[in-house]
Amino acid sequence: MTDVLAMLSWGDGGWGRLLFQGVLVTLGVAAMALPIGLVGGLLLALGERSGRVTLRWFCRLWKTAFQAIPELLTLFVLYIGIAKAIAGLAKLGGVAQGWTPSPMVVGALALGLVFASFAAEVWRAALDGVGRGQSDGARSIGLSKVQALRLVILPQALQLALPGLGNLWVILLKDTALVSILAVPDLMRQINLAVASTREPFLFYLVACFIYIALTTASERLLRLATARQRSGWVAARTERG
Amino acid sequence: MGANLLVANASALIEGTLLTLALVCAALPLAGLLAVPLTIGLGSRSRLIRGAIHAYLVFFRGSPLIAQLFLIYYGAGQFRPTLESIGIWWVFRDAFPCAVLTFALNSAAYTTVLVRGAIDAVPKGQIEAARALGLPSGRITRHVVVPQAARLAFPGYGNEVVLMIKASALATVITLFDLMGTLRLIYSKTFDLTIFVWGALIYILLIGTFRTVAHLVEQRLFCWPKV
Repeated sequence: MTDVLAMLSWGDGGWGRLLFQGVLVTLGVAAMALPIGLVGGLLLALGERSGRVTLRWFCRLWKTAFQAIPELLTLFVLYIGIAKAIAGLAKLGGVAQGWTPSPMVVGALALGLVFASFAAEVWRAALDGVGRGQSDGARSIGLSKVQALRLVILPQALQLALPGLGNLWVILLKDTALVSILAVPDLMRQINLAVASTREPFLFYLVACFIYIALTTASERLLRLATARQRSGWVAARTERG
Repeated sequence: MGANLLVANASALIEGTLLTLALVCAALPLAGLLAVPLTIGLGSRSRLIRGAIHAYLVFFRGSPLIAQLFLIYYGAGQFRPTLESIGIWWVFRDAFPCAVLTFALNSAAYTTVLVRGAIDAVPKGQIEAARALGLPSGRITRHVVVPQAARLAFPGYGNEVVLMIKASALATVITLFDLMGTLRLIYSKTFDLTIFVWGALIYILLIGTFRTVAHLVEQRLFCWPKV
């Protein structure tokens, strides 16, 4: 038991500090992927409602592809693909030494794209939920298309989308463990290093699971709180109005 | 490059795809089997049983599958003498049964939540009406609750299968040469990125085929009107 505590301790010989740094990197990757996923998903959902057939099909195809391809594969293709593209550009530009992309940024990008493909579904349902009357009304009082979207549709859609997006955030937190394969020093990677050095796989992988569970459970609690607060605000606004 | 790469590696790709399918086809029934007592247990009167099942659900739904895979595959090695003495070491010795076990434990947790949700969503009035007609509780379960819950759970279960196909790619991190592992191997020999594109197409094809079949089955089995 004292051995276990020593291995997880903060000080010399303990892995506590490194695991904590890993958690920060994990949260960092998730925080970078989130805006890509939210905005990307919204753009896909809007594209699917566009009047242009080619754009509609492109968005639908893009969405289906990223939903179906395993995250690990997306991660590899993007990492290798971007590295090759940069090397190619460097050669074209006559620069001798290529520059390798940061695995952390590429990892966040890949997870963000996957998030976007699923978020498109959530946004689509939320935009449908707001109803045509709102956008017709907004246009009829002289707002431009973009203004109507920004000031009238999106604030309402966000409320409807919040629970679905929250679920995706929890999935994203767990998926960040995959970037450890690109040697990003996230929690999973630090755990792997700890296992390699201490030969205590059971202990450390169990600790990893518990840390991830703490992160996902805390997220779920916060999201439930946010949704409840928002709902009550929503009801209050309704009753004030009518 | 291009199609040549596909032809040159066709047999490896087919083998990889078959291993991926074998993982999924072994893990899903096992998960279904595990989900039955878990689902029933969630409705138990004993707080101990419910608490234990809730802990199981939180553990397998709250942590990444890759961590669970490492925990079971590498962690089991520390308990080798015990596992050998009870005669189940063979499950943990090789990567394949280990991956199947992990996927099944993980999927069982998601399936349990899904099925429980579907059962709870069957309108109370249905059960009350069946009871008023004098049906015994076993037949209420069999003829009233299960058919309706099955229809409610079916689309969600389809998603679970798709997620399982995608998640099976993780088997490559514990040394299995499933489709994903085969793709990495071919890439390491040829340094040709297009192999990953072909691989992505195979995954899309697998999932697309499954979705189409599931849709047909859903229409065939659950065509009766909604209550």
